[in-house]
Amino acid sequence: MQRFTASSLKQSFDRRSFVIGAVQGGIGLLLAARMGYIAVAENEKYEMEAESNRVNLSLIPPRRGWILDRNGAPMASNRADFRVDIIPERLEDPRRTVQTLGKLLNFTADEIEDLNVRLETAAGFQPVPVASGLDYDEFAAVSVRLPELPGVVPQRGFSRYYPTGPAVGHLIGYVGAASREEYEQEPIPLLLTPGFKLGKDGLEKQFEQTLRGEPGARRVEVTAGGRIVRDLDTREDVQGKSIQLTIDGPLQDYAARRLGLESGSVVVMDCLTGDLMCMASMPSFDPNSFSDGIGRVEYQMLSQNERVPLRNKVLKGLYPPGSTVKPMVAMAFLEAGLDPSESVNCAGGLRVGNRVFHCWQRRGHGRVDMAKGIYQSCDVYFYHFAQRLGMDVIAPMAKRCGMGQEFPLPVASQFYGTVPDPAWKLKKYGQQWQPYDTVNATIGQGYMLANPLQLAVMAARLATGNKVMPRMLLRKDKPRFDSLNFHGDHVQVMQQAMSDVVNGPGTAGRARLPIDDVLMAGKTGTAQVVSLSVGSGKGGLWKHRDHGLFIFFAPFDNPRYAGAVVIEHGGGSGAAYPIARDVMTFMFDPAKGLEALHALEKQWGGTAQERLNADYARFAAAAGVDVPPAPADPVTVARQVDAEARSAAEPARPHPGPIDPAPEPVGTAAPPVTPTPASATPTPEPR
Amino acid sequence: MRHAILPPAIASQPWRVLLPLTLLVCFGAAVLFSAAGGSMQPYAASHLVRFAVFLAVAMMISYLPADLVRWAAYPAYGVVVLLLMLVEALGQLGGGSQRWLDLGPIVLQPSELMKPVIVLVLASYYHSLPAGMIANWRTLLPPAALMGFPMALVLLQPDLGTSLAIVFGGAVVIFLAGVPGKWFLGAGATALVIAPLAYFFGLHDYQRRRVTTFLDPESDPLGSGYHITQSKIAIGSGGITGKGFGEGSQSHLDYLPEPHTDFVFATMAEEWGLIGGLFVLLVFGIVLRWGLIVARRAPDRFLRLLAGGMTATIFFYAAINLMMVMGLAPVVGIPLPFMSHGGSSMMTNMICLGTLMMVDRCSRRAVTPGLG
Repeated sequence: MQRFTASSLKQSFDRRSFVIGAVQGGIGLLLAARMGYIAVAENEKYEMEAESNRVNLSLIPPRRGWILDRNGAPMASNRADFRVDIIPERLEDPRRTVQTLGKLLNFTADEIEDLNVRLETAAGFQPVPVASGLDYDEFAAVSVRLPELPGVVPQRGFSRYYPTGPAVGHLIGYVGAASREEYEQEPIPLLLTPGFKLGKDGLEKQFEQTLRGEPGARRVEVTAGGRIVRDLDTREDVQGKSIQLTIDGPLQDYAARRLGLESGSVVVMDCLTGDLMCMASMPSFDPNSFSDGIGRVEYQMLSQNERVPLRNKVLKGLYPPGSTVKPMVAMAFLEAGLDPSESVNCAGGLRVGNRVFHCWQRRGHGRVDMAKGIYQSCDVYFYHFAQRLGMDVIAPMAKRCGMGQEFPLPVASQFYGTVPDPAWKLKKYGQQWQPYDTVNATIGQGYMLANPLQLAVMAARLATGNKVMPRMLLRKDKPRFDSLNFHGDHVQVMQQAMSDVVNGPGTAGRARLPIDDVLMAGKTGTAQVVSLSVGSGKGGLWKHRDHGLFIFFAPFDNPRYAGAVVIEHGGGSGAAYPIARDVMTFMFDPAKGLEALHALEKQWGGTAQERLNADYARFAAAAGVDVPPAPADPVTVARQVDAEARSAAEPARPHPGPIDPAPEPVGTAAPPVTPTPASATPTPEPR
Repeated sequence: MRHAILPPAIASQPWRVLLPLTLLVCFGAAVLFSAAGGSMQPYAASHLVRFAVFLAVAMMISYLPADLVRWAAYPAYGVVVLLLMLVEALGQLGGGSQRWLDLGPIVLQPSELMKPVIVLVLASYYHSLPAGMIANWRTLLPPAALMGFPMALVLLQPDLGTSLAIVFGGAVVIFLAGVPGKWFLGAGATALVIAPLAYFFGLHDYQRRRVTTFLDPESDPLGSGYHITQSKIAIGSGGITGKGFGEGSQSHLDYLPEPHTDFVFATMAEEWGLIGGLFVLLVFGIVLRWGLIVARRAPDRFLRLLAGGMTATIFFYAAINLMMVMGLAPVVGIPLPFMSHGGSSMMTNMICLGTLMMVDRCSRRAVTPGLG
């Protein structure tokens, strides 16, 4: 045991104080070495980090390229505006910030609620648009309150502007802030820049990379809190390239407005070049109001509408083409060697097997040759010769004319419908082709489904005898189309017969153009939606009314333009061909066309845009704030609609029997209301 | 030679320490001037004023008789413990933790006073302890109680940094007092066992987070790891000569947290570089070396232990703060002596300095009276 004395403790103190001094010196050296290491060896790294702290590179969203119509007029352009965004992860008190902003920008209760929902579902780093198109006073009001609104970014920018609004909604699509999925697919900082919008649908999406342009950049010195101290330098953005469409902007607008209160579509194309001049689909949405995200009220209004304003009916509406296939079927007969003068007696029906198939004209047409079969749309004529010549001549002709085909167009998707034949039915349903299937197909019912674009292409091909291919991007060169090699004067026969539909003793006398030197040819079609035992097809429930169809070309003897009009549940072709007439009138004589439109719009209560705005106001007033929020990403909305359209387009079960054709209107008078006895045979719903 | 020029009251001051220290404080004021965006207000001016006031206090302390100081040890300890309890009680009444006593114009932090007082009271205890009893483990109980009670009170506030400083100061006095070395080894081993337990059960969440982010600052770059990362960026980007006076972007653009208190060294290093850092280390080296020399020269056991403990307290402040800003220790709120803006820290350190000056004076009087 060590003895402790005062002197041993003094020695111990000296020893230990030396130890402590050594430890202190050691730590001093360690600190000096550490500092030298950080400041000298790692100097470069930390200098860079200090610089990246200090300097904030903020991207300037590029101005988007314009979308021009065939004459160079902008269908989508950019409008300078003031806008406000929020970076959610920089928010300190989201609720209070939103309340303050709402007060400054005069938001309604449901707009505030929408903004709250958008903030809750946002990715944090992704800018959430608050408002755009602000005037300077509102912009200034937000700007001066910035110190108490962290995370709020007011800026001067550009917003996409579609002058004709709903008329181009489906065709051009819309733009919006990048969603989380889009950022994950393309993880570049530009997508997170407040104010940057990318194409979400339609051409805006297809040509995203062309239209986008190069972002500008601004180097600023910022504090840790994000306050900008000063500008260091700025690089201008490079505007995206424009694309020029074959669409004729005014015609597109006219057609969309002329569709009026109906749900349907109008396609017009140039027979010589294949240029699609008009692809109108209504009802539609206003792409201008989509770019800041869809409001809950607007989404509710659009998704509750049974007329599916979110679906592009030109490409994704599939309809039984009805009697509009008859010229094509007749062409198949001609090519198969049928003499056009060969005739059959129509007594109002024809027995096939053990069933009687009715003509739409129950009184019968008397003797019917090919021309009369077309212009009077006599079903019995087609029943008869289809029995003789068979589906094997019809189906290939339908495909040659473009039915069941997908066209090489810059669109996200086209529903291409069905051209049924025995092999198809066997594969799809495992059942043998029946004679009544042929009969149904010859009048464009049963399994046959087409979209309006295909009908327009069919009209163009029949009118010219050439394999016209539609295109949407304007090019100077005139394409050379292959001939379909129709024999002899078959094309002229068809031109004459279809002219007679309109200008002769046909079913669409009222479609005659009010222009002296231009005669339009066409073919009416009425597609049944429910069996006659459910509804007459003319009135009653909107969803039970017949589709009205019309294909056309003009001038009839030297076709320049062809097209198709399809009116969903229009109650028959009488809903379709007046629209075709007015659209073509506008094509040849805009003043006369507009005169007709203005008279109609007075009855309807304004232009399409005005009516959409009025609908919105009415809907919003009725719904109040108790509306579930809209999905954060409008793209998913479009996808949902796609899925519905797809399932609706394919009948789940095979058609068990014949279909009674709906009556066609005749002559120049209003469609005659012929009392139609309910069919004895149960007919399924062709959708 | 100085006798001829200067009056003895001035000539007898330990100028070889006070001069470098004054330079360091002025340097600190310059850094604070820059941290305030090129203004004497609000930091630099009060920093200098405090130094002047507390330097006067330190000089007054240096003239106190050693016996009086030793006699006052226990009463002083009692008063500070009472103040700590008062703070705790007021905190309870106010419904929240509290570290300060608001005494009109002065805001007093009693836990700061405890740092020199614990050294004083332990030095007094071991001075009065007979030499033979030093190896008796029972004699460790009173110091343990003397340290443990205030430490518990400070931990309750909760203030981990200050309670560690109290333990460190006390432990150094006990070590210097000659307590058998194997006990320290045993205590070290026990600490190794207790540390993880304390980490999981004793620490507050925010303290635990500080430890984890110290071990891996990048794990939480925007949370508490942010402080360490930004501090290292400031020091590292300063390089050898610094960015120049008033040119530090880290401090001026608010990236550096607390640029005038806990991270004042980083603020300095960004603008003055490694050279400024070495100057600061050098001055601390001079002060601490002088402190240990004073302790070794001290005439009796009490003054020896007192000087050693005071030196250790200053050292603990400086070392922990510098290790923290360089990413070698977790973020504990300990300011850098003589440079950070803050009255309490200045007061504590100047009390330590004044005590060292007192010991210095006593030893000179005892050993070689009349010789400066």
